[in-house]
Amino acid sequence: MWEYTDKVREHFLNPRNVGVVENADGVGEVGSLSCGDALKLTFKVDENERITDVKFQTFGCASAIASSSALTELLKGKTLEEAEKITNDDIVTYLGGLPKEKMHCSVMGQEALGKAIACYRGTPIEEKEGEIVCECFGVTDVEIRNALTAHPLNVVEDITNYIKAGGGCGKCHERIQELIDEVKGKDVPKEEKPQKLTTIQKIRMIEETLQREIQPSLKKDGGDIELVDVNGNQVQVRLRGACSTCKAAQITLKDFVEKKLREFVAAELIVEEV
Amino acid sequence: MNTIYFDNNATTRVAPEVVEEMLPCFTEDYGNPSSMYRFAKKAADRLALARQRIADLLGASPEEIIVTSCGTESDSTAIYAALRSNPSKKHIITSRVEHSAIKNLCEYLARKGYRSTFVPVDKKGMPDLDYLYDHLTDDTAIVSMMWANNETGVLFPVEEIAKNLKEKGIVFHTDAVQAVGKIPIDLKESSIDMLSLSGHKLHAPKGVGALYVRKGTKFSPFLIGGHQEANRRGGTENVASIVGMGKAAELAAAHIADENSRVRQLRDRLEKGLLKQIPDSLINGDPENRLPNTSNLSFEYIEGESILLMMDELGICASSGSACTSGSLEPSHVLRAMGVPYTAAHGSVRFSLSIYNTQEEVDYAVEKLPPIIQRLREMSPFWKQ
Repeated sequence: MWEYTDKVREHFLNPRNVGVVENADGVGEVGSLSCGDALKLTFKVDENERITDVKFQTFGCASAIASSSALTELLKGKTLEEAEKITNDDIVTYLGGLPKEKMHCSVMGQEALGKAIACYRGTPIEEKEGEIVCECFGVTDVEIRNALTAHPLNVVEDITNYIKAGGGCGKCHERIQELIDEVKGKDVPKEEKPQKLTTIQKIRMIEETLQREIQPSLKKDGGDIELVDVNGNQVQVRLRGACSTCKAAQITLKDFVEKKLREFVAAELIVEEV
Repeated sequence: MNTIYFDNNATTRVAPEVVEEMLPCFTEDYGNPSSMYRFAKKAADRLALARQRIADLLGASPEEIIVTSCGTESDSTAIYAALRSNPSKKHIITSRVEHSAIKNLCEYLARKGYRSTFVPVDKKGMPDLDYLYDHLTDDTAIVSMMWANNETGVLFPVEEIAKNLKEKGIVFHTDAVQAVGKIPIDLKESSIDMLSLSGHKLHAPKGVGALYVRKGTKFSPFLIGGHQEANRRGGTENVASIVGMGKAAELAAAHIADENSRVRQLRDRLEKGLLKQIPDSLINGDPENRLPNTSNLSFEYIEGESILLMMDELGICASSGSACTSGSLEPSHVLRAMGVPYTAAHGSVRFSLSIYNTQEEVDYAVEKLPPIIQRLREMSPFWKQ
């Protein structure tokens, strides 16, 4: 069970300002059914651009509903200029905190607000900039970079908690890590979890390592090595030239080839001669 | 506020009769069953009786029962036993809807030099058996398919699968954690080689389970240590819990008719009542072919965690396959494998009943749930009515 604050619980059970403002001046919609949460924010402003009425509709978990409710309470009576300064952190503070896995609920609030204000001002909603990094939740590198700059996020899991990227199939974890390294500098502690390689990646890396680290030394002694197959973590190779008749070949295989492959590709690899 | 407990596939209330039989194991007959004196023999005798009762529930012999610490340990023991006793074979077949005890293990093994094949299921959650048989190879060490699905209650034809595999000489294991105690099982009449069960799903305490290993099945222990469990699982026996599981097995055998009549009727009453009153709601799984106690319903356009927390305010306990309840961002792998659309998967709720539930509880839920669903839908931007 999630550790929700009393305030989250209270706003979930008795959400404020549910519904749609009629003839709204600004409308902001984010999320979708498939993503698991969505928010539609509508507001009306007076002649001084002060928000006179604001309502929300939310599909999502308790913290998504509470975050939306909190957002509308924060917005009431504010000018658009003041409203623009509201961030997801303000929503979290208002609610007395959110579980870290639920931070994206507050981010959704901020995004909907941004869209609703853009809608009011007639600023064209820009097509998503940048390249899509997380295909499952449609998050771009630009969004990830922005999140990294604005919040104290250090590992892939933090990014997932904030903007969902990486929360689906996990294919993009490597790319997210690159973005983290890029924005935060290399000295940020990496996630301990070893990267999972696809078979293709593994084969490529093995080939590269053979070419770069292994073949030159073997060739010096008149030998060579050839990659036959990769089956899971079993790397099947064939020794050529002088190596194929060398008595020390098994030692070369284990102490040199396997060691290098484990160092550069994956620690679980087992090299065998076929 | 009374608690209405509709989450018996998560865990169950320990039966009072079970507790009663367990208590003397702590304070009176507390000897180590392996010790030499008559005082310890009392504990050993209690253990033997428990083993006999578990065997009786399954239609097995007591020597075929290895007691473990939980369903997950039973599953791991079974898979590793098959792999270690056939070291040249590197292939495992399982289904796409297994409990994480099997699913995550097979995914792990696939990263450690083994090959894992995950058999797909259809819309009702039934496995594609042609796919299974087509993927058998000389390299296949074990096939593991669950008996009853924990989320939908859907029953796999495991006896038929076991029979076909026996002809081909391939070891078959079933995770029957949800099935044992809810449907009749007679292993004498089947070809199943190994079967996992868990105590706390059948009104015994948490922290105790068992693995059935058919006589003659090649075995290799998972926990290596003392001579306990006939050298098949080291570690001093958790006597009180095992005695509890034995008593629970005896009670389950006596209650199985009740499970399949009264509990089934309660489940159907709950399900029909909710489906009738709540538009855009549907059953996940195969209504004809599932456990008598389980109902997995989807309420479209709303999200499961919200439903559960609103129900919690009324004291009603259930589960959901929505992403927000799983701690991840993806909804249940079981519902997704069945092709349940996201719109329905996020709003899924599992009700799982037991013999301790009453008609009053069911009627209370049928009365209280529709307004909750309606309230959440009125908040949802996707609800258009």
